[in-house]
Amino acid sequence: MTDPAIRIATLSKKFGDTLVLRDISLEVPRGQVTCLIGPSGSGKSTLLRCMAFLEEPTSGSIEIEGEPLGFTGTGSARRRQSPAELRRVRGKIGMVFQQFNLWPHMTALGNVSAALRRVRGLPRAEAEARGMAQLDKVGLKERAGHYPAQLSGGQQQRVAIARALALDPTIMLFDEPTSALDPELTGEVLTVMRALADEGMTMVVVTHEIGFAASVAHTVCFLDHGRLLFHDTPEKVFAAPREPRLEQFLDTYLDRGAQMLR
Amino acid sequence: MTWTLFELLLQASLMTILVSAVSILAGLAIAIVLSAMRMSGNAALKGFAVVFISFFRGVPLLVQLLLIFNLLPSLGITLPSLATALIGLSLCTAAYQAENLRGGFEGVAPGLIESAEMAGFTRAQSFFWIRTPIALRMTFPALVNEAILILKASSLVSVVGLIELTKMAQNLAASTYQPLPIFASAGLIYLAINVVVAFLGRRAERALPGLPSA
Repeated sequence: MTDPAIRIATLSKKFGDTLVLRDISLEVPRGQVTCLIGPSGSGKSTLLRCMAFLEEPTSGSIEIEGEPLGFTGTGSARRRQSPAELRRVRGKIGMVFQQFNLWPHMTALGNVSAALRRVRGLPRAEAEARGMAQLDKVGLKERAGHYPAQLSGGQQQRVAIARALALDPTIMLFDEPTSALDPELTGEVLTVMRALADEGMTMVVVTHEIGFAASVAHTVCFLDHGRLLFHDTPEKVFAAPREPRLEQFLDTYLDRGAQMLR
Repeated sequence: MTWTLFELLLQASLMTILVSAVSILAGLAIAIVLSAMRMSGNAALKGFAVVFISFFRGVPLLVQLLLIFNLLPSLGITLPSLATALIGLSLCTAAYQAENLRGGFEGVAPGLIESAEMAGFTRAQSFFWIRTPIALRMTFPALVNEAILILKASSLVSVVGLIELTKMAQNLAASTYQPLPIFASAGLIYLAINVVVAFLGRRAERALPGLPSA
Protein backbone atom coordinates (compact mmCIF):
# COMPACT_ATOMS: atom_id res chain seq x y z
CA MET A 1 0.00 0.00 0.00
CA THR A 2 1.37 3.40 -0.85
CA ASP A 3 1.50 6.09 1.77
CA PRO A 4 -0.95 8.97 1.56
CA ALA A 5 0.41 12.30 0.31
CA ILE A 6 0.13 13.72 3.81
CA ARG A 7 -0.58 11.89 7.04
CA ILE A 8 -1.29 14.00 10.10
CA ALA A 9 -1.51 12.17 13.41
CA THR A 10 -2.81 13.63 16.68
CA LEU A 11 -1.43 17.04 15.88
CA SER A 12 -1.78 19.87 18.38
CA LYS A 13 -0.42 23.39 18.17
CA LYS A 14 -0.16 26.00 20.86
CA PHE A 15 0.70 29.66 20.46
CA GLY A 16 1.87 30.48 23.98
CA ASP A 17 -0.92 29.16 26.19
CA THR A 18 -3.53 29.23 23.45
CA LEU A 19 -4.36 25.90 21.91
CA VAL A 20 -5.06 26.64 18.23
CA LEU A 21 -5.14 23.07 16.90
CA ARG A 22 -6.44 20.19 19.00
CA ASP A 23 -5.59 16.60 18.33
CA ILE A 24 -6.02 16.64 14.57
CA SER A 25 -5.65 13.47 12.54
CA LEU A 26 -6.13 13.54 8.80
CA GLU A 27 -4.92 11.74 5.71
CA VAL A 28 -4.66 13.59 2.43
CA PRO A 29 -4.87 11.07 -0.42
CA ARG A 30 -2.62 11.42 -3.44
CA GLY A 31 -4.03 13.05 -6.53
CA GLN A 32 -6.98 14.57 -4.74
CA VAL A 33 -8.09 18.04 -3.72
CA THR A 34 -8.73 18.61 -0.03
CA CYS A 35 -10.28 21.89 1.04
CA LEU A 36 -10.05 23.24 4.56
CA ILE A 37 -12.94 25.49 5.47
CA GLY A 38 -14.07 27.11 8.66
CA PRO A 39 -14.55 30.48 10.32
CA SER A 40 -11.70 32.92 10.93
CA GLY A 41 -9.53 31.78 13.77
CA SER A 42 -10.60 28.16 13.40
CA GLY A 43 -6.97 27.13 12.82
CA LYS A 44 -7.21 26.13 9.15
CA SER A 45 -4.28 28.31 8.01
CA THR A 46 -2.19 27.17 10.96
CA LEU A 47 -2.93 23.55 10.04
CA LEU A 48 -1.85 24.19 6.45
CA ARG A 49 1.32 25.95 7.62
CA CYS A 50 2.09 22.97 9.83
CA MET A 51 1.91 20.79 6.71
CA ALA A 52 4.80 22.86 5.33
CA PHE A 53 6.53 23.08 8.72
CA LEU A 54 6.26 26.86 8.59
CA GLU A 55 4.66 26.34 12.00
CA GLU A 56 6.05 23.72 14.33
CA PRO A 57 3.47 21.34 15.73
CA THR A 58 3.54 21.31 19.53
CA SER A 59 2.82 17.59 19.48
CA GLY A 60 1.78 14.96 16.98
CA SER A 61 3.40 14.16 13.67
CA ILE A 62 3.22 14.93 9.97
CA GLU A 63 4.41 12.62 7.23
CA ILE A 64 4.86 13.62 3.63
CA GLU A 65 4.55 10.55 1.38
CA GLY A 66 5.53 8.40 4.32
CA GLU A 67 8.51 10.52 5.42
CA PRO A 68 8.47 12.55 8.63
CA LEU A 69 8.42 16.32 8.22
CA GLY A 70 10.21 18.64 10.63
CA PHE A 71 10.68 16.18 13.46
CA THR A 72 11.70 12.57 13.60
CA GLY A 73 10.47 10.31 16.35
CA THR A 74 7.59 11.09 18.67
CA GLY A 75 7.10 12.00 22.30
CA SER A 76 10.31 12.37 24.26
CA ALA A 77 12.30 10.87 21.37
CA ARG A 78 11.17 13.69 19.09
CA ARG A 79 14.12 15.37 17.39
CA ARG A 80 14.32 18.24 14.94
CA GLN A 81 15.38 17.34 11.44
CA SER A 82 18.55 18.89 10.13
CA PRO A 83 17.93 21.86 7.82
CA ALA A 84 19.11 19.78 4.87
CA GLU A 85 16.74 16.93 5.68
CA LEU A 86 13.85 19.36 6.17
CA ARG A 87 14.61 20.95 2.80
CA ARG A 88 14.66 17.55 1.13
CA VAL A 89 11.24 16.52 2.46
CA ARG A 90 9.85 20.01 1.86
CA GLY A 91 11.01 19.75 -1.73
CA LYS A 92 7.89 17.69 -2.43
CA ILE A 93 5.70 20.61 -1.39
CA GLY A 94 4.83 23.77 -3.28
CA MET A 95 3.26 26.57 -1.29
CA VAL A 96 1.05 29.44 -2.41
CA PHE A 97 0.42 32.24 0.07
CA GLN A 98 -2.47 34.62 0.62
CA GLN A 99 -0.21 37.63 0.06
CA PHE A 100 1.55 36.04 -2.99
CA ASN A 101 4.97 36.77 -1.46
CA LEU A 102 6.64 37.34 -4.80
CA TRP A 103 10.16 38.73 -4.49
CA PRO A 104 9.75 42.39 -5.48
CA HIS A 105 13.25 42.83 -6.95
CA MET A 106 12.81 40.09 -9.55
CA THR A 107 10.68 39.97 -12.67
CA ALA A 108 7.95 37.35 -13.02
CA LEU A 109 10.43 35.15 -14.87
CA GLY A 110 13.10 35.87 -12.25
CA ASN A 111 10.72 34.75 -9.50
CA VAL A 112 9.84 31.56 -11.32
CA SER A 113 13.41 30.64 -12.25
CA ALA A 114 15.32 31.87 -9.15
CA ALA A 115 15.22 28.64 -7.17
CA LEU A 116 16.03 26.56 -10.25
CA ARG A 117 19.18 28.63 -10.70
CA ARG A 118 20.26 29.33 -7.13
CA VAL A 119 19.09 26.18 -5.39
CA ARG A 120 19.07 23.54 -8.10
CA GLY A 121 22.05 25.06 -9.89
CA LEU A 122 20.61 24.92 -13.39
CA PRO A 123 22.23 27.12 -16.01
CA ARG A 124 20.37 30.37 -16.55
CA ALA A 125 19.06 29.47 -20.00
CA GLU A 126 17.62 26.16 -18.87
CA ALA A 127 16.10 27.62 -15.68
CA GLU A 128 14.49 30.41 -17.68
CA ALA A 129 13.16 28.02 -20.31
CA ARG A 130 11.52 25.96 -17.58
CA GLY A 131 10.26 29.08 -15.87
CA MET A 132 8.82 30.35 -19.13
CA ALA A 133 6.97 27.07 -19.63
CA GLN A 134 5.37 27.47 -16.20
CA LEU A 135 4.43 31.09 -16.87
CA ASP A 136 2.87 29.95 -20.13
CA LYS A 137 0.86 27.38 -18.22
CA VAL A 138 -0.70 30.07 -16.03
CA GLY A 139 -1.22 32.31 -19.06
CA LEU A 140 1.41 34.92 -18.24
CA LYS A 141 4.16 34.31 -20.77
CA GLU A 142 3.73 37.87 -22.09
CA ARG A 143 4.28 39.29 -18.60
CA ALA A 144 7.58 37.47 -18.00
CA GLY A 145 9.57 40.72 -17.88
CA HIS A 146 7.20 42.54 -15.53
CA TYR A 147 8.00 43.14 -11.88
CA PRO A 148 5.42 42.14 -9.25
CA ALA A 149 4.51 45.79 -8.65
CA GLN A 150 3.55 46.03 -12.33
CA LEU A 151 1.15 43.07 -12.16
CA SER A 152 -2.43 42.85 -10.86
CA GLY A 153 -3.09 40.80 -7.75
CA GLY A 154 -4.52 37.95 -9.79
CA GLN A 155 -1.49 37.93 -12.08
CA GLN A 156 0.86 38.00 -9.10
CA GLN A 157 -0.89 35.01 -7.59
CA ARG A 158 -0.64 33.12 -10.89
CA VAL A 159 3.09 33.88 -11.00
CA ALA A 160 3.31 32.57 -7.43
CA ILE A 161 1.61 29.35 -8.52
CA ALA A 162 4.00 29.04 -11.48
CA ARG A 163 6.95 29.64 -9.13
CA ALA A 164 5.85 26.76 -6.90
CA LEU A 165 5.15 24.47 -9.88
CA ALA A 166 8.56 25.15 -11.42
CA LEU A 167 10.14 23.04 -8.68
CA ASP A 168 8.04 19.98 -9.61
CA PRO A 169 6.26 19.47 -6.30
CA THR A 170 3.98 16.47 -5.85
CA ILE A 171 1.81 18.34 -3.35
CA MET A 172 0.55 21.93 -3.60
CA LEU A 173 -0.60 23.84 -0.53
CA PHE A 174 -2.73 26.94 -0.99
CA ASP A 175 -3.25 29.31 1.94
CA GLU A 176 -6.34 31.40 1.13
CA PRO A 177 -5.00 32.05 -2.38
CA THR A 178 -7.83 34.38 -3.38
CA SER A 179 -8.58 36.17 -0.12
CA ALA A 180 -6.42 39.18 -0.97
CA LEU A 181 -8.01 39.57 -4.42
CA ASP A 182 -10.90 41.63 -5.76
CA PRO A 183 -13.83 39.41 -6.70
CA GLU A 184 -13.19 39.90 -10.43
CA LEU A 185 -9.59 38.75 -10.09
CA THR A 186 -10.50 35.68 -8.06
CA GLY A 187 -11.79 33.81 -11.11
CA GLU A 188 -8.51 33.75 -13.02
CA VAL A 189 -6.70 32.21 -10.05
CA LEU A 190 -9.42 29.63 -9.44
CA THR A 191 -9.31 28.68 -13.13
CA VAL A 192 -5.59 27.93 -12.88
CA MET A 193 -6.22 25.91 -9.71
CA ARG A 194 -9.04 23.96 -11.36
CA ALA A 195 -6.77 23.06 -14.27
CA LEU A 196 -4.13 21.87 -11.83
CA ALA A 197 -6.71 19.74 -10.01
CA ASP A 198 -7.80 18.24 -13.34
CA GLU A 199 -4.19 17.17 -13.97
CA GLY A 200 -4.35 15.13 -10.79
CA MET A 201 -2.16 17.32 -8.59
CA THR A 202 -2.50 16.64 -4.88
CA MET A 203 -3.81 19.89 -3.44
CA VAL A 204 -4.70 21.15 0.01
CA VAL A 205 -6.55 24.44 -0.15
CA VAL A 206 -7.56 26.72 2.70
CA THR A 207 -10.37 28.74 1.22
CA HIS A 208 -13.45 30.83 1.80
CA GLU A 209 -14.55 30.07 -1.77
CA ILE A 210 -17.28 27.61 -0.87
CA GLY A 211 -18.27 27.33 -4.53
CA PHE A 212 -14.74 26.20 -5.44
CA ALA A 213 -14.68 23.74 -2.55
CA ALA A 214 -18.07 22.37 -3.56
CA SER A 215 -17.16 21.88 -7.22
CA VAL A 216 -13.45 20.90 -7.12
CA ALA A 217 -12.72 19.26 -3.78
CA HIS A 218 -12.79 15.51 -3.25
CA THR A 219 -12.80 16.08 0.49
CA VAL A 220 -13.94 19.06 2.52
CA CYS A 221 -12.66 19.46 6.07
CA PHE A 222 -14.51 21.72 8.44
CA LEU A 223 -12.53 23.20 11.30
CA ASP A 224 -13.88 25.15 14.22
CA HIS A 225 -11.99 26.35 17.30
CA GLY A 226 -8.97 24.27 16.42
CA ARG A 227 -10.92 21.03 16.02
CA LEU A 228 -11.43 19.09 12.83
CA LEU A 229 -15.17 18.70 13.29
CA PHE A 230 -15.53 16.42 10.28
CA HIS A 231 -14.34 15.72 6.78
CA ASP A 232 -16.34 14.21 3.97
CA THR A 233 -17.20 14.60 0.30
CA PRO A 234 -18.54 18.04 -0.60
CA GLU A 235 -21.93 16.53 -1.44
CA LYS A 236 -22.32 15.21 2.07
CA VAL A 237 -20.83 18.28 3.74
CA PHE A 238 -22.87 20.86 1.87
CA ALA A 239 -26.08 19.00 1.05
CA ALA A 240 -27.08 18.01 4.53
CA PRO A 241 -25.00 19.78 7.15
CA ARG A 242 -25.38 17.77 10.31
CA GLU A 243 -23.52 20.14 12.55
CA PRO A 244 -25.25 23.30 13.71
CA ARG A 245 -21.83 25.02 13.66
CA LEU A 246 -21.35 24.19 9.96
CA GLU A 247 -24.89 25.19 9.14
CA GLN A 248 -24.35 28.54 10.80
CA PHE A 249 -21.05 28.97 8.94
CA LEU A 250 -22.55 28.09 5.56
CA ASP A 251 -25.47 30.45 6.06
CA THR A 252 -23.04 33.32 5.91
CA TYR A 253 -21.77 32.06 2.55
CA LEU A 254 -25.10 31.28 0.90
CA ASP A 255 -24.64 34.01 -1.66
CA ARG A 256 -21.33 32.50 -2.73
CA GLY A 257 -22.81 29.55 -4.56
CA ALA A 258 -23.25 26.92 -1.92
CA GLN A 259 -27.04 27.16 -2.04
CA MET A 260 -27.17 25.35 -5.35
CA LEU A 261 -26.11 22.21 -3.55
CA ARG A 262 -28.66 22.40 -0.81
CA MET B 1 43.45 82.85 -8.41
CA THR B 2 44.70 81.46 -11.69
CA TRP B 3 43.53 78.58 -13.84
CA THR B 4 46.63 76.66 -12.83
CA LEU B 5 45.64 76.84 -9.17
CA PHE B 6 42.11 75.75 -9.99
CA GLU B 7 43.47 72.84 -12.02
CA LEU B 8 45.52 71.72 -9.02
CA LEU B 9 42.34 71.79 -6.93
CA LEU B 10 40.51 69.75 -9.56
CA GLN B 11 43.30 67.19 -9.63
CA ALA B 12 43.18 66.90 -5.84
CA SER B 13 39.41 66.48 -5.99
CA LEU B 14 39.99 63.25 -7.96
CA MET B 15 41.71 61.90 -4.84
CA THR B 16 38.68 63.01 -2.78
CA ILE B 17 36.36 61.16 -5.16
CA LEU B 18 38.56 58.05 -5.22
CA VAL B 19 38.89 57.82 -1.44
CA SER B 20 35.17 58.42 -0.92
CA ALA B 21 33.97 56.01 -3.59
CA VAL B 22 36.21 53.16 -2.46
CA SER B 23 35.28 53.76 1.19
CA ILE B 24 31.55 53.80 0.47
CA LEU B 25 31.71 50.52 -1.46
CA ALA B 26 34.07 48.76 0.93
CA GLY B 27 32.01 50.12 3.81
CA LEU B 28 28.85 48.71 2.21
CA ALA B 29 30.37 45.25 1.93
CA ILE B 30 31.52 45.37 5.56
CA ALA B 31 28.12 46.75 6.60
CA ILE B 32 26.27 43.79 5.07
CA VAL B 33 28.40 41.39 7.10
CA LEU B 34 28.11 43.57 10.23
CA SER B 35 24.33 43.84 10.10
CA ALA B 36 24.06 40.09 9.53
CA MET B 37 26.19 39.62 12.65
CA ARG B 38 24.14 42.21 14.51
CA MET B 39 20.93 40.28 13.73
CA SER B 40 22.50 36.89 14.37
CA GLY B 41 21.40 34.62 17.20
CA ASN B 42 25.06 34.03 18.08
CA ALA B 43 25.89 36.17 21.11
CA ALA B 44 29.60 36.53 20.24
CA LEU B 45 28.93 37.70 16.67
CA LYS B 46 26.19 40.02 17.83
CA GLY B 47 28.35 41.40 20.64
CA PHE B 48 31.23 42.09 18.27
CA ALA B 49 28.93 43.95 15.87
CA VAL B 50 27.37 46.00 18.67
CA VAL B 51 30.76 47.05 20.04
CA PHE B 52 32.16 47.76 16.56
CA ILE B 53 29.18 49.88 15.59
CA SER B 54 29.06 51.86 18.83
CA PHE B 55 32.81 52.54 18.69
CA PHE B 56 32.88 53.78 15.12
CA ARG B 57 29.69 55.76 15.53
CA GLY B 58 30.63 57.15 18.90
CA VAL B 59 34.23 58.29 18.37
CA PRO B 60 34.88 61.30 16.10
CA LEU B 61 36.24 60.32 12.69
CA LEU B 62 39.21 62.64 13.18
CA VAL B 63 40.17 60.80 16.37
CA GLN B 64 39.68 57.42 14.63
CA LEU B 65 41.99 58.45 11.81
CA LEU B 66 44.65 59.68 14.24
CA LEU B 67 44.33 56.46 16.22
CA ILE B 68 44.79 54.28 13.14
CA PHE B 69 47.61 56.49 11.89
CA ASN B 70 49.49 56.10 15.19
CA LEU B 71 48.38 52.61 16.18
CA LEU B 72 49.40 50.67 13.09
CA PRO B 73 53.08 51.78 13.08
CA SER B 74 53.34 50.91 16.79
CA LEU B 75 52.21 47.40 15.82
CA GLY B 76 54.94 47.32 13.21
CA ILE B 77 52.55 47.87 10.31
CA THR B 78 53.42 50.71 8.01
CA LEU B 79 50.88 51.57 5.38
CA PRO B 80 50.83 54.33 2.77
CA SER B 81 48.60 57.22 3.76
CA LEU B 82 46.06 56.28 1.08
CA ALA B 83 45.54 52.86 2.65
CA THR B 84 45.29 54.36 6.13
CA ALA B 85 42.69 56.85 4.93
CA LEU B 86 40.69 54.12 3.19
CA ILE B 87 40.68 51.89 6.27
CA GLY B 88 39.58 54.73 8.53
CA LEU B 89 36.79 55.98 6.29
CA SER B 90 35.57 52.49 5.35
CA LEU B 91 35.26 51.28 8.93
CA CYS B 92 33.51 54.47 9.98
CA THR B 93 30.96 54.44 7.18
CA ALA B 94 30.47 50.68 7.62
CA ALA B 95 29.17 51.29 11.15
CA TYR B 96 26.60 53.82 9.94
CA GLN B 97 25.63 51.79 6.89
CA ALA B 98 25.19 48.67 9.02
CA GLU B 99 22.55 50.41 11.09
CA ASN B 100 20.80 51.75 8.00
CA LEU B 101 20.80 48.28 6.48
CA ARG B 102 19.51 46.65 9.63
CA GLY B 103 16.39 48.78 9.26
CA GLY B 104 16.10 47.50 5.70
CA PHE B 105 16.63 43.87 6.64
CA GLU B 106 14.04 44.10 9.37
CA GLY B 107 11.63 45.67 6.89
CA VAL B 108 11.71 42.64 4.57
CA ALA B 109 8.28 41.02 4.95
CA PRO B 110 8.54 37.62 6.70
CA GLY B 111 6.41 36.11 3.94
CA LEU B 112 9.15 36.80 1.38
CA ILE B 113 11.59 34.80 3.49
CA GLU B 114 9.05 32.02 3.98
CA SER B 115 8.52 31.75 0.25
CA ALA B 116 12.29 31.47 -0.22
CA GLU B 117 12.37 28.78 2.45
CA MET B 118 9.63 26.87 0.67
CA ALA B 119 11.53 27.21 -2.62
CA GLY B 120 14.43 25.36 -1.01
CA PHE B 121 16.77 28.29 -0.31
CA THR B 122 19.13 27.76 2.61
CA ARG B 123 19.35 30.56 5.18
CA ALA B 124 22.53 31.83 3.55
CA GLN B 125 21.07 31.68 0.03
CA SER B 126 17.96 33.47 1.19
CA PHE B 127 20.08 36.15 2.88
CA PHE B 128 22.20 36.66 -0.22
CA TRP B 129 19.59 36.42 -2.99
CA ILE B 130 16.41 37.64 -1.32
CA ARG B 131 16.95 39.67 1.85
CA THR B 132 20.06 41.65 0.89
CA PRO B 133 18.86 42.94 -2.50
CA ILE B 134 15.51 43.97 -1.02
CA ALA B 135 17.14 45.64 2.00
CA LEU B 136 19.59 47.47 -0.29
CA ARG B 137 16.75 48.84 -2.38
CA MET B 138 14.78 49.93 0.66
CA THR B 139 17.76 51.74 2.15
CA PHE B 140 19.15 53.14 -1.09
CA PRO B 141 18.23 56.79 -0.31
CA ALA B 142 20.08 56.46 2.99
CA LEU B 143 23.07 55.09 1.09
CA VAL B 144 23.16 58.15 -1.18
CA ASN B 145 22.93 60.33 1.89
CA GLU B 146 25.85 58.47 3.46
CA ALA B 147 27.88 58.87 0.27
CA ILE B 148 27.45 62.64 0.48
CA LEU B 149 28.42 62.69 4.16
CA ILE B 150 31.54 60.63 3.43
CA LEU B 151 32.55 62.88 0.54
CA LYS B 152 32.56 65.79 2.96
CA ALA B 153 34.12 63.80 5.81
CA SER B 154 36.95 62.78 3.47
CA SER B 155 38.37 66.28 4.05
CA LEU B 156 39.59 64.91 7.39
CA VAL B 157 41.93 62.34 5.87
CA SER B 158 44.53 65.07 5.30
CA VAL B 159 45.62 64.35 8.90
CA VAL B 160 47.13 61.04 7.77
CA GLY B 161 49.11 62.85 5.11
CA LEU B 162 46.91 62.33 2.08
CA ILE B 163 46.66 65.26 -0.29
CA GLU B 164 43.04 65.54 -1.27
CA LEU B 165 40.94 68.56 -2.07
CA THR B 166 40.97 70.24 1.36
CA LYS B 167 44.66 69.58 1.99
CA MET B 168 45.54 70.92 -1.46
CA ALA B 169 43.47 74.04 -0.77
CA GLN B 170 45.31 74.54 2.52
CA ASN B 171 48.68 74.14 0.85
CA LEU B 172 47.80 76.52 -1.98
CA ALA B 173 46.33 79.07 0.41
CA ALA B 174 49.51 79.01 2.47
CA SER B 175 51.81 79.39 -0.52
CA THR B 176 49.82 82.00 -2.47
CA TYR B 177 48.34 84.06 0.36
CA GLN B 178 44.94 83.93 -1.38
CA PRO B 179 42.89 81.87 1.07
CA LEU B 180 39.50 83.32 0.21
CA PRO B 181 39.28 82.48 -3.54
CA ILE B 182 40.99 79.15 -3.01
CA PHE B 183 38.72 77.93 -0.19
CA ALA B 184 35.69 79.31 -2.04
CA SER B 185 36.74 77.29 -5.10
CA ALA B 186 37.26 74.17 -3.01
CA GLY B 187 33.81 74.63 -1.48
CA LEU B 188 32.26 74.98 -4.92
CA ILE B 189 33.99 71.82 -6.13
CA TYR B 190 32.62 69.85 -3.13
CA LEU B 191 29.18 71.29 -3.82
CA ALA B 192 29.37 70.37 -7.51
CA ILE B 193 30.43 66.79 -6.76
CA ASN B 194 27.62 66.35 -4.25
CA VAL B 195 25.00 67.82 -6.54
CA VAL B 196 26.05 65.28 -9.15
CA VAL B 197 25.97 62.43 -6.59
CA ALA B 198 22.49 63.44 -5.44
CA PHE B 199 21.29 63.68 -9.05
CA LEU B 200 22.72 60.29 -9.98
CA GLY B 201 21.25 58.85 -6.79
CA ARG B 202 17.76 60.00 -7.71
CA ARG B 203 18.15 58.65 -11.23
CA ALA B 204 19.35 55.30 -9.93
CA GLU B 205 16.53 55.16 -7.41
CA ARG B 206 13.96 55.56 -10.15
CA ALA B 207 15.66 52.88 -12.22
CA LEU B 208 15.66 50.34 -9.36
CA PRO B 209 12.87 47.95 -10.12
CA GLY B 210 10.20 46.45 -8.08
CA LEU B 211 9.53 48.54 -5.02
CA PRO B 212 6.30 50.45 -4.51
CA SER B 213 8.23 53.74 -4.41
CA ALA B 214 10.07 52.94 -7.64
